[in-house]
Amino acid sequence: MTDNGILRIIARFLIPFIMLFGLYIQFHGEYSPGGGFQAGIVVAAGWILFALIYGLKAGLEVIPEKAMYWLAAAGALIYALTGVASVLLGGRYLDFYAFEAFFNTPQAAQQFGIITVEFGVGLTVATVVMLIYTFFVRRKSEWDEVMRGSDAE
Amino acid sequence: MNLLEWLPFIVLIPLISSGIVACLPGRFWPWAFTLLAALASAVIAALVLPEAMGSELSYPFGNWQPPIGIEYRVDAANAFVALLVAGMAALALPWAKASVDQEIPERQGAFYALFLMALAGLLGITLSGDAFNIFVFLEISSLATYAIIAHGRDRRALLAAFRYLIMGTVGATFLLIGIAFLYMMTGTLNLADMAERLPEVSDTRAVRAGLAFIIVGLGLKLALLPLHLWLPNAYTYAPHFVTVFLAGTATKVALYVMLRFIFTVFSPDYSFVVLPLSSVLMVLAVAGMFAGSWVAMFQDNIKRMLAYSSVAQVGYMVLGVSLVSAIGLTAAFLHLFNHALMKTALFMAVGCLAYRAGSLKIQSLQGCGREMPWTMTAFALAGLSIIGVPTTAGFISKWYLILAAVEAQSWWLVGLIVITSMMAVYYIWRVIEAAWMTERPEGATRLKEAPLSLLIPTWVLVALNFYFGIDTRLTVGASSAAAEALLGVPTGGLP
Repeated sequence: MTDNGILRIIARFLIPFIMLFGLYIQFHGEYSPGGGFQAGIVVAAGWILFALIYGLKAGLEVIPEKAMYWLAAAGALIYALTGVASVLLGGRYLDFYAFEAFFNTPQAAQQFGIITVEFGVGLTVATVVMLIYTFFVRRKSEWDEVMRGSDAE
Repeated sequence: MNLLEWLPFIVLIPLISSGIVACLPGRFWPWAFTLLAALASAVIAALVLPEAMGSELSYPFGNWQPPIGIEYRVDAANAFVALLVAGMAALALPWAKASVDQEIPERQGAFYALFLMALAGLLGITLSGDAFNIFVFLEISSLATYAIIAHGRDRRALLAAFRYLIMGTVGATFLLIGIAFLYMMTGTLNLADMAERLPEVSDTRAVRAGLAFIIVGLGLKLALLPLHLWLPNAYTYAPHFVTVFLAGTATKVALYVMLRFIFTVFSPDYSFVVLPLSSVLMVLAVAGMFAGSWVAMFQDNIKRMLAYSSVAQVGYMVLGVSLVSAIGLTAAFLHLFNHALMKTALFMAVGCLAYRAGSLKIQSLQGCGREMPWTMTAFALAGLSIIGVPTTAGFISKWYLILAAVEAQSWWLVGLIVITSMMAVYYIWRVIEAAWMTERPEGATRLKEAPLSLLIPTWVLVALNFYFGIDTRLTVGASSAAAEALLGVPTGGLP
């Protein structure tokens, strides 16, 4: 599909908007419909469109597979460690009022907590969806190369 | 921080560790970190158990008070099951190193991360006091379990995992539908709150259907007889370490959730009087005991034989439940704990065997008793436990089961329990006979004894089988406390 001019132009036009919309859903999740999960899917959909049009190789240059794997784990850890941080500050697990010491109002503490947690969710969902796509589209020969690569480490 | 603040970390430590383990390279660090996480989780669970005896602990997440927020509500019943699950993981992991290195040489970080997720899911199901949360944790543990089963070296492991995925998803969907019915009728997802509101609406079709959906969904996860078809293949083709872990934990947690719904959310008066649950469960339990033992007697593959034996053992547990008495429930919890001990020991011994011998067919193991004496002795001793010979853990739980049957005046059940135990003698004996009583065929490769790193944990489990067969204070005490917590009445002094 790399040669089709219409697809290339339209995709080039659409992808920034898809990404922007994903970020909008991400950061407005706490007072409008949306949140990390939906945002992650939208961002991943943008990347998948890119990989469909420009090929998987170009897609993996944007974000290598290793990075996806690490970011997926990192997202889950951001969520979990936010909860641990609130325990360390003397609250219950995921009790965002515990962050009040750093903010002026309890509302700001709640907002900080929920945004951080949702950011972790968004990161994990986006990268896991990208990983699933990568697993499905890769040919067996390409797979063998990847497996050999990971052995060499 | 007092103990209550530590409570959620039973689940959180494995959950958080799985994210870290996924990124660890090599073969040593993922395993070591997993072992530490499981140990920490087991230690906290062991500290929580005495605290939870007789009183309920409640931990609201994010300090949102229940019934609005999600809470972990822990009493004697789930503290006992949580200790069992975390403890079994901690005991199985020292065994895992050599076996997993052989079976899954690459990408161990991902494997152990999935294992920790399965563990965290099982612990989450056990501790959570929120119906939807239970479903979410069930999905976490199930999805991770399908993935670790598919790691088996045999290519049939993929098919077994896929089959389990299809059936497990159907089961989880049934549970979700059941929970949705109850939510629709009561407007709450908190189990304790639901139990309070259910009596008002209990005489409706939606509530009856809800309970039925939940029982069927969990019956699938529990491998209760007609719904057991996923279990033999999944246990047979999974990596040995995964079988060792699942055999002791996965079905037990499903049984616990079923009991929680039958006894706490619905009262026993409702579950057993309005619905004929007692007779349904009894018929299925007896059928499972017989069919499982019968099929086990004719299996060639030792792992598959033990898997069918597990179906039979689930029958014993459900039989204890179906008697609807304090002592029956105590027997169910006892067998839940003791079966985990004996099946884990047996599967560990089989794993030792598999480490040296390529095939697990009984014919190909002829005479291996002389070449791997420690492994086969461990198998034989754990086999005694599953048969129910006195001084083993298996005897204690069967004894209580028989007491419960006698108390219910069901003498025929006593006969059935004895007959199925005889069937267990037969299928264990087949292995012993092949291993010790026959000569090694000409030209067969000589087998070396399994390495100590596998043998020592196996023998620890075997020793535990005998320890809990003699000193029953912990098991019987905790089981009757668990039964008491579910029934909501003091069981009095059990013999």
